[in-house]
Amino acid sequence: MSLFGKLTWSAIPFDVPIVIGTVAFVAIGILAVLAWITAKGAWPYLWREWITSVDHKRIGVMYLALAMVMLVRGFSDAIMMRTQQAVAAGGAQGYLPPEHFDQIFSAHGTIMIFFVAMPLVIGMMNFVVPMQLGIRDVAFPTMNSVSFWLTASGVLLTNASLAFGEFAKTGWVAYPPLSELQFSPGVGVDYYLWSLQISGIGTLLTGVNFVTTILKMRAPGMSYMRMPVFCWTALASNLLIVAAFPVLTALFAMLLLDRYLGFHFFTVNAGGNAMMYVNLFWVWGHPEVYILVLPAFGIFSEVSATFSGKPLFGYRSMVFATISFCVLAYSVWLHHFFTMGASANVNAIFGIASMIIGVPTGVKIFNWLFTMYGGRVRFNVPVLWTIGFMVSFVFGGLTGVLLALPPVDWQVHNSLFLVAHFHHVIVPGVLFGVMAGYNYWFPKAFGFKLHEGWGKASFWCWFIGFHLAFMPLYVVGLMGMTRRLQHYDVVSWQPWLWVAEVGAVVVLAGIVCQAVQLVVSIRHREELRDTTGDPWNGRTLEWATASPPPAWNFAFLPRVGEIDAFWERKERVRSGQEPAAAPRHYEPIEAPRNSATGFVTAFFAVITGFALIWHIWWMAGLGVLGAAVTLLAFMFRPEGEVEIAVEQIAQFDRAHPVEVTL
Amino acid sequence: MRYVLLTAVLIGAAALGGCAEGVLDPKGPIALAEREILFNATGIMLAIVVPVMLATLGVAYWFRASNERARYQPNFRYSGRIELLVWSIPLMTVLLVGTVAWISSYDLDPPKPIASSVKPVRIQVVSLDWKWLFIYPEQGVASVNQLTIPVGTPVSFELTSSGVMNSFFVPQLGGQIYTMAGMVTHLNLQATYPGTYRGMSANFSGDGFADMHFNVDATSPEDFARWVESTRSAGPALDKQTYADLVKPSKAVAPFTYQSISPGLFAGILSAETQSDEGPVCLIPNP
Repeated sequence: MSLFGKLTWSAIPFDVPIVIGTVAFVAIGILAVLAWITAKGAWPYLWREWITSVDHKRIGVMYLALAMVMLVRGFSDAIMMRTQQAVAAGGAQGYLPPEHFDQIFSAHGTIMIFFVAMPLVIGMMNFVVPMQLGIRDVAFPTMNSVSFWLTASGVLLTNASLAFGEFAKTGWVAYPPLSELQFSPGVGVDYYLWSLQISGIGTLLTGVNFVTTILKMRAPGMSYMRMPVFCWTALASNLLIVAAFPVLTALFAMLLLDRYLGFHFFTVNAGGNAMMYVNLFWVWGHPEVYILVLPAFGIFSEVSATFSGKPLFGYRSMVFATISFCVLAYSVWLHHFFTMGASANVNAIFGIASMIIGVPTGVKIFNWLFTMYGGRVRFNVPVLWTIGFMVSFVFGGLTGVLLALPPVDWQVHNSLFLVAHFHHVIVPGVLFGVMAGYNYWFPKAFGFKLHEGWGKASFWCWFIGFHLAFMPLYVVGLMGMTRRLQHYDVVSWQPWLWVAEVGAVVVLAGIVCQAVQLVVSIRHREELRDTTGDPWNGRTLEWATASPPPAWNFAFLPRVGEIDAFWERKERVRSGQEPAAAPRHYEPIEAPRNSATGFVTAFFAVITGFALIWHIWWMAGLGVLGAAVTLLAFMFRPEGEVEIAVEQIAQFDRAHPVEVTL
Repeated sequence: MRYVLLTAVLIGAAALGGCAEGVLDPKGPIALAEREILFNATGIMLAIVVPVMLATLGVAYWFRASNERARYQPNFRYSGRIELLVWSIPLMTVLLVGTVAWISSYDLDPPKPIASSVKPVRIQVVSLDWKWLFIYPEQGVASVNQLTIPVGTPVSFELTSSGVMNSFFVPQLGGQIYTMAGMVTHLNLQATYPGTYRGMSANFSGDGFADMHFNVDATSPEDFARWVESTRSAGPALDKQTYADLVKPSKAVAPFTYQSISPGLFAGILSAETQSDEGPVCLIPNP
C-alpha cells in the first residue's frame, strides 16, 4: 500500500484533450480570480463578511452564487450530450467515446439535482424565510454555515473528479449491480458517493434548522395561518428533507460497505438484492422532487399575489395542498420502476397514487389563475417566469400522468419521452421559479433592481430554447429512442436531435443574457437603486425593512395581527387610519458571532472525502480528526454572541428610513 | 398562444414521425392496447390542460395593469364555489384516468398469458454484457442479438440477466421489462404482422450499452419452423463452455445462432449468480 493509496500520476487524464483542456481552462480561471482578489486586497473583507459569516442572508447569496456556477457546469455537460447525439447517428461515433459520454450524463444529472437545484432552493429559503417570518436569523446560524460549506465540499469533490480520476459511469441514480465494485472498479462511483454523503449531511442539517426556525421562531402574532405561503412551502420542503435524506445517507452507506468492505447488500451474488437499492433510492428520490418544487411553488405564490396587487387566492387551499404533498410524496416511489415486475395490484395502486399528486398541483395552478383574476397584473420579469411556468408545467404534468399509467410507462420508461417529461416539470417548476425569485428578491439583497430588458431577453431565450430542446425528445422517445445512448443506428431520429441541439443553443443564449443582465445591472446600479426597501409594493415582511437589510433584519420585531400584515398596514396608512411611524425606544440586539467552524469543518470534510475515494487511509483519519476537533472547539467557545449597540442600530435606521413601520 | 401552436405542431409531427416505427406504430395486440390507453388518457387530459393554458394567458392579458376596462377587485381572495370547483376538476380527472390505470394494469399485466387458441412459444432471455441471448427451450436452439418469432402466436418470455440490470424492450410489440440477475421476470407479447422490428435494452448497462439492440423477425409459422430447422443444422452448440465464452464482455456483436442447447442452462444461469456464497436466493421463483 503506497502512501497515496490508489492515487498516481496516471489518474490525471493527460491523454483526453477535452478533459485536460477543461481542467486547464478552469484552473487558469480560478487562479485569475484568486490573483484579482489578492491584488484588490479583498481577502480580509471576504473572510470577515462572507466566508465566516453566519448571517442567513449572506449564506443564502452564497448558495445561489454556488448554484449559478454549477448551472454553467451542468449546462456544459448538457450541450455536450446534445451535440454528441446530434452527430452520432448511423455508423458515426461522434466525438465522445462511451467511457467519457457515460461520465458526462452521470455528472449532468448529479450536478443539476444536488448542486444546482438544491442550492438554488435552499439559497432562496435561506435569504427569504427569516425575513418573511419577521425574525433576525435562523435557529442555528453557525450550523447554517456548516450546511453551506459542506454543500460546497460536495461540489468541490465532484469537480475534482475531472482532474483526478473519473466520475461515475452509471447514470445519476447509480443502480447496482452496475455501481458495485465488480462492474465499476474505478473511483468514479466513490466520487459520486462521498460527494453526496458529505453534501447530504449539510442538506439534512438545513432541514433541521429550517423546521426548527419555522415552528419555533416566528414574529410575535404570526400564527401558522398568518405565515406567507412561501414559508409554508419551505416548512413542507424541509420536513421532507428531514424525513427523506437519512434514507439516502443510509442507502449510500450500504453501497459504500459493499464497495469498501465486501458486504453484499446489492451485489449479484451472495444474496445481494439490487431491487432494495432501487426501492430505497426512490423512497428518497420522489420526495426530493417535492423538496425542490415546493419552494418554487411558494415563490410563484408570492410573485403572483404581489404583481397582481391582490392577496393570494384561496390561502387555506394552498396551505392544505402544500402540506398534502408531504404525505403524498411518500406514496408514489414505485412509479419509477413499474418495469421491475411488480404485481398488477402494486402497479395499479402506485399508478393511481401518483395521479392523485395531480390534484393539489391542479388546485395550485387554478388558485394562481384566480389570484391574477381581478388584479392589476404588472408584467415585470418575475411575472413572465411565473406565467411561463404555468403554461409549461401543465403540459409536463400531463405527460407525468401518462407515465403514471403503468401500460404507458412500460412503453416509454427509460426513453427520451421520460427525459423530456422530468425536464418539463423540473426546469419550469424549479428553475423558472428560482429565476422569478432571483429577479423578485435581488433588490432586497443588494439595494438595486435587475435590468428589465436583459431579464426579459433571458426569459424568452430560456422559454423558447427549453421547448425547442425538449419537445423533440418526446417525439424520439415515442419513436423508441432510449436515454443514455452514446450513438444510435436509426437515422430517422437525427433531425429531431438537431432541433433539440438548436434549443440547447438558444438556452445558452438565455444563460448569457442572465450574465449580461447582472453585469449591466451592477454598472447601472445608481439608476436602478431602490431606496424605499419596497420596490414592488410588496405584501410580506421582508419588504418592511431596508434594502439591503441590516445584519439584524429588523430593529424592532414586527407585530403581526393578520395575513399580509405589511400590506394591510400600508393600506391603513394610505387611507389615513393610522400614522406611518411612531417614535420608538431602541434596545441593543444580540447577534451571533461570525464563525470559521463551517469553513474549517468543510475543509476537513474535503480532505476526508478525497482520501477515502483514493484509499489514503492516514489522510482520511487526519481529516475526520480535524473536523471533530473543529466542532469541539466550537462547542467550547467562550462567547457565541456579540451585542449590537443602540447607537449603531439607530444610525442605520436614520440612514435608511422606511416609509411604514410595523 | 405561440406555445399552444408549437405543442400542436409537435404533437402532430410526432404522430406522423412515429408512423415509421416505435410506440405509435404497434404491430401486435399488446402494443395496440397500450397505444390506445396513451391516446385516450392524452385526450382526456388535453381537454383540461389546453383550456387552462388559454385561460392563464387570457386572464393575465385581460387583467394587465394598463387595461382600464378590467375591474380591479383587490379583495377577491376566497370563494367557496370556486374552491369546490378547483378541487373537483383535477379530482374528477384523476378518477377517470385512475380507472383506466386500474383496469389496464390488470388487463395488460406483463406476466398474464395472452388468450389464444395457438400454443405459445417459450423463449428464455438473458441479457449479457453487452448482447442478448435468446434460448428456445422447446425448439432446442438459441440465438444472440436476433429474435425470430412466429406471427399470430403468443410468445411467453422468461427473462434474467447475467450481471447488471437491463430492460428488454420491443416498442412495436409492447412494453418493456427489467432483466435482473438471479431473478426471473415474465413478459407476454405477440406479433400480428410479419416484419422486422427493432428491439433493444432500455436500461443503461455500461460502455457497450448503445449497441445492445437486436432485430425481431416476425415470420409466418411455416417460416419459423423452417428457421428452427436450418438453425439446428449449423453453428456452435450452447453449453457451459460456450456460455462462459459468451458471458465475457463484448460490444456490437453480430447476430449468430446455436444449433443446440444443453438442458437446464437457463436454470443454471439463474442459480450460478446466487449460489456462490450462501445458496440460492430467488425472489421471483421460476415457475
